Amino acid sequence: MSASQPPIDSPEIRRLTPVLGPGHTFGSVTDKISSIVLTRPTSFGWYIGFALSFGFTALMTIAIGWLFTKGVGIWGINIPIGWGFAIVNFVWWIGIGHAGTLISAILFLLNQKWRTSINRFAEAMTLFAVACAGIFPLIHTGRPWMAYYMFPYPSTMGLWPQFRSPLIWDVFAVSTYGTVSLLFWFVGLIPDLATLRDHATTKSKQLIYGMLAMGWRGSVRHWHRYQSAYLLLAGLATPLVLSVHSVISFDFAVGIVPGWHTTIFPPYFVAGAIYSGFAMVLSIAIPLRKAYGLEDFITMRHLDNMAKVMLATGLIVAYGYFFEFFLSLYSGNKFDVFLVQQRLHGPYSHFYYALILCNILLPQSLWSYRLRHNVVFLFLMSLVVNTGMWLERFVIVVISLTRDFTPSAWGRYQPTFWDWATFTGTIGFFVMLLFLFVRVLPAISIAEMRELVAETSEEEK
Amino acid sequence: MEQHRSHIYGVMAEFDTPEQLIHAVEKTRAAGYRRMDAYTPFPVEGLAHAMGLKRNMVPFITLLGGLFGGLGGFGFQWWANVVSYPENIGGRPLNSWPAFIPVTFELTILGASLCAVFGMLALNRLPQPHHPVFNLKRFVHATSDRFYVCIEARDPKFHIVETARFLQGLHPHHVSEVTDD
Repeated sequence: MSASQPPIDSPEIRRLTPVLGPGHTFGSVTDKISSIVLTRPTSFGWYIGFALSFGFTALMTIAIGWLFTKGVGIWGINIPIGWGFAIVNFVWWIGIGHAGTLISAILFLLNQKWRTSINRFAEAMTLFAVACAGIFPLIHTGRPWMAYYMFPYPSTMGLWPQFRSPLIWDVFAVSTYGTVSLLFWFVGLIPDLATLRDHATTKSKQLIYGMLAMGWRGSVRHWHRYQSAYLLLAGLATPLVLSVHSVISFDFAVGIVPGWHTTIFPPYFVAGAIYSGFAMVLSIAIPLRKAYGLEDFITMRHLDNMAKVMLATGLIVAYGYFFEFFLSLYSGNKFDVFLVQQRLHGPYSHFYYALILCNILLPQSLWSYRLRHNVVFLFLMSLVVNTGMWLERFVIVVISLTRDFTPSAWGRYQPTFWDWATFTGTIGFFVMLLFLFVRVLPAISIAEMRELVAETSEEEK
Repeated sequence: MEQHRSHIYGVMAEFDTPEQLIHAVEKTRAAGYRRMDAYTPFPVEGLAHAMGLKRNMVPFITLLGGLFGGLGGFGFQWWANVVSYPENIGGRPLNSWPAFIPVTFELTILGASLCAVFGMLALNRLPQPHHPVFNLKRFVHATSDRFYVCIEARDPKFHIVETARFLQGLHPHHVSEVTDD
């Protein structure tokens, strides 16, 4: 395909790589997607995957249980490195969630048809990532049973939270983000729940999906308001998703620590969030389409587009790294210059080089059409980018904190077994939720796929 | 249909494609029927227009929710810092409004989103566990691959035989009576 490759985005390419495989009807998309949930027997591979991820979830609960018993001393954090894995993981997980909202809201507003078959599980991924992210600041507080202190409630002390602190902004941003993501996901699910109710094979399935569908009957009056609500939610979620990682970057940027106190942080964090999020969508989409034979719905066009978004946001992130570096040197501030030296030659420099390799150098391979269309390569690259983004959070949190203004305040950070157990545990928890999700809910929006069938059949006429 | 004691909810016609449905709805309205509804497995473009549906209340409710969230959020922070627990920190202003903006923004989005979703559900009168159209066995296709129009018995022009004959004239797949219980 390399020699006679037609120009990008020509009708020729669109025909070769459609957003929907040929020959699908309203009935066939309905049957194919709903059968995954309703009639298809649970495969042996599903049980293996579920058991493994459940094992890691159990590890997470043990790690958290032990933390509640002993306190945060079981982690590697110390003074001066009070923010260890917990904050690294929190920022990483929240970032991953962002791609789901981006796909479901921003691509919806931009009328991108290719979002249709990936938005449902991308939104589910957002929810599960936010759930994993939410665990960390909570257990990081040390006394999580006092977490309600962060909300404004009428206490006998007459005190209110410090509304001028980015940490309180975080509470509002993350809880709003979680709530709105859940609403968006659920609203999208209502018509599909009705489909599952009407196709249910047993009485109990009919009852459960029926209750969740709330009596949806596809009335045109209902659709009319539904579409208004969906469009408005997309419009509301768009500024929200951009605000959430900006607010999280304020946690750093408002502090005066070298390497944190920069104005580039909000856009740079948002770009990084989308970067890692698209990587995670690819990491999920590629095995999912393979396992359930969904190659007609999640086509090469989707994978190609996602790889391109990854490449583009990766370049924005690279620009961020460059300017972080450049401005530190240009400012002449000796602490900032020193921090750059620490990143390049300090005790954690191997993390920094690994980060440059994973986030900037290796993803440049995605310029190649051939590699973007190599599914295995794309899957591996998505894992590389996820690793790279995790390293970025680690570099930001740990290197700055270990090398403060005065040498007497310098320290080292060494994650313990319990740090790793909690981190890998949340990955297991995330994967377990995804396994449950594909088993009990339609992983692709059926109603929107029918719309796509209608649109593509119109185009062919 | 032999259930003589039950009431008639309406007459329902089933179509294969969205285009046929839009055409049928246009014909039905032209024939003077007003109390009717169409049921589709996905939002069909142009159908709301054919049904004569105008704007709906969801955007307005969303706006109210956003205003309530935003003004309430800012107002609360102002009240907490200026009235309820004023604290003089180095002579800085109590109403340091720029610092209140992130929470105000988030609560605006939260209020608007909650109102958009719950407003939409309330206007649609959902959850509604039962509705007469579900009495029709074939109606399960409404959430999969068929398109329906139902002329309701409360329409002043409704006549069970006439209306059924009228719908039959639109060449549907099926015409069926819908009973009330």
